[in-house]
Amino acid sequence: MTVNAAPETTALPRQGTLSIIWQGLTRNKSGFAGAVIVLLILGLAYIGPFLIDRHNPSDGAKVWQAPSAEHLLGTNLQGKDTLIKVILGGAEPLWVGILAALIAVGVAVVVGSVAGYFRGKVDTVALQLTDITLTIPGIVLMLVLTTMYRSISATAIAVIIGVTTAPVLVRSIRAQVMSLKEREFVEAARLQNLGAGRIIFTEILPNMGGYIFVNFILAINNAIYALVGMYLLGLLPSTADNWGLMIYESWNSGAFRLPRALPYIAVPLALIILFQIGLVAMSRSLEQALNPRLRER
Amino acid sequence: MAVDVQAPPDKEVDTPVPPRRRRNLLSRIWRIYLVRRLVYAVFVTWLVMTGTFFMVRAMPGDPVEVLAGRLSQQGINLEQARQQAKQSLAYDPDAPILQQYWEYLTNLLRGDFGMTISQRGTTVVDHVMEYLPWTLFSVGAGMVIAIVVGMGLGMVMAYRRNGWFDHLLSNIASTLSAIPNYLGAMALILIGSAWLGLFDFWSMRGRLSEGVEPGFDAVFFGDALYHAILPIVTYAFTITGGWMLVMKASTTEVLSEDYVTVANARGLKGRRVGLAYVGRNSVLPLVPQVALALGTLVGGAIIVEQILSYPGVGQLFINAITKRDYPVIQAVVLILTVAVVFSNLVVDMLNSWLDPRIRTGDAEEAGA
Repeated sequence: MTVNAAPETTALPRQGTLSIIWQGLTRNKSGFAGAVIVLLILGLAYIGPFLIDRHNPSDGAKVWQAPSAEHLLGTNLQGKDTLIKVILGGAEPLWVGILAALIAVGVAVVVGSVAGYFRGKVDTVALQLTDITLTIPGIVLMLVLTTMYRSISATAIAVIIGVTTAPVLVRSIRAQVMSLKEREFVEAARLQNLGAGRIIFTEILPNMGGYIFVNFILAINNAIYALVGMYLLGLLPSTADNWGLMIYESWNSGAFRLPRALPYIAVPLALIILFQIGLVAMSRSLEQALNPRLRER
Repeated sequence: MAVDVQAPPDKEVDTPVPPRRRRNLLSRIWRIYLVRRLVYAVFVTWLVMTGTFFMVRAMPGDPVEVLAGRLSQQGINLEQARQQAKQSLAYDPDAPILQQYWEYLTNLLRGDFGMTISQRGTTVVDHVMEYLPWTLFSVGAGMVIAIVVGMGLGMVMAYRRNGWFDHLLSNIASTLSAIPNYLGAMALILIGSAWLGLFDFWSMRGRLSEGVEPGFDAVFFGDALYHAILPIVTYAFTITGGWMLVMKASTTEVLSEDYVTVANARGLKGRRVGLAYVGRNSVLPLVPQVALALGTLVGGAIIVEQILSYPGVGQLFINAITKRDYPVIQAVVLILTVAVVFSNLVVDMLNSWLDPRIRTGDAEEAGA
């Protein structure tokens, strides 16, 4: 490379993170389908509750009714309408999953970028810590941590899941920071003595926005896996309507064997599985857009 | 490969260092690296073990309190229930915690995992060994199926890449890998048993049917398989997708290598190129990943076993947590940790053997 070429490469054409994400999701059919599924389910969980009458009284005369015109998905053990419970039950698990993912990505970005940028002792310590945390199966750590509190808020669950799933992401964020650090524009910023914090936050991280977003999607996936798992083990307190608890109730009482009671477990189950499939389809298509080499594979 | 083995003597003639000393030095570094990794593995195990010891005791309620609570529900007054619980359990809640830790640690060094709290007179080892083989069998079988099928299909996908077959399988693989294993197990039962009635889930729970005794006969193996088939299918289905995608990527990379082009140009038969050149070289980079997957084998089974009522380590662990059976919880976490730490160690050894830069200190250029 000649000396004259250097200034041109430093003026890297910055493509906005949003446009990268948009491209990544629209260029590929399955990625687009995944995004549509995820948005529809989010819409059901967060806009749906405002469109319906949330009043859902229990009725002893209507226990486990089959789907009918009055109750499209039938009723549950307390005679409550299943459809209303489905519409109201998504907000909490999805919110916990998203919040946990935000925490996990936040922790991973801070630890990963500091470790990858400074290297040396900081890096060694950070890597050892993540390796040790990775050694313990995450679900075991979460089980013990959640049992430590008798009553636990949704936010606390999200914090526990976020912190325990963060180590999985640290390594990949660190690797990405390390490779960006060697690029010319970061070198130029370093020569100007901009300071490490500013270089990380204004030069490196904005250039890996799409990459962080992929990690965020995968983190939601991990968090929902852990969260629903803990609901199914009966470790989380029962609160209002919640997909995880609907599945748990039906499975534990054996009600899923009644054909007329099937929607009560099948619908939330299908929604969670679809959400996970949608997320993975999105992340795969985004990865292809970010890493053109993958496209040929 | 054969060429590599013969090469060093020729080179050594040119080097100023006498051949023998150089080999000693290399083997010394190798040994130091191994020692370093071993010490680290032991250290991590100890750290996790100690953390578990104190964390389980920080959970609200101790074994005596849990049992007393259950007894008092049967109508005994609380003080009496507590006395009775204390007598029937092998646990003294009033012993200082550091003393308990010291006893646990010294016993462990002698290979003694202690006694269970909830079942008086049973050692932890016996208790865990009653559950562990069933988990290893079911998860192991599922994983072998997944790896074999996944690698086979992944290779086919790479050969037909960008064709309709590849697109179909890629989408199936990414869908399968997205489904949480325990939800997959539930979906399997809801569709297969509750809806279509293809099999009877209720008779498939547990390890064995009533009246079947363990022994070396067809009845026992048949029945064990009948009860394990749902977990096996669950694991196989949810793990296969990931291996398909990994294998496809690895094979695609190998297919673009010059030696494959040369082999084809030399007119070697397609099958020979496929197996000896492509197959072997695309499986090799995945060997460390197989070792890693083996380490996490048991951890992934905890919720699935609970859902499918399959009495393996996962169920044991959940029961131990609800009964606050500290020694059992500790033993299970210890087994899981040792499995992960030592499969990591094996992976490191494999990698350093495949790529010598790692053990000579140029880890950064070699790794990441």
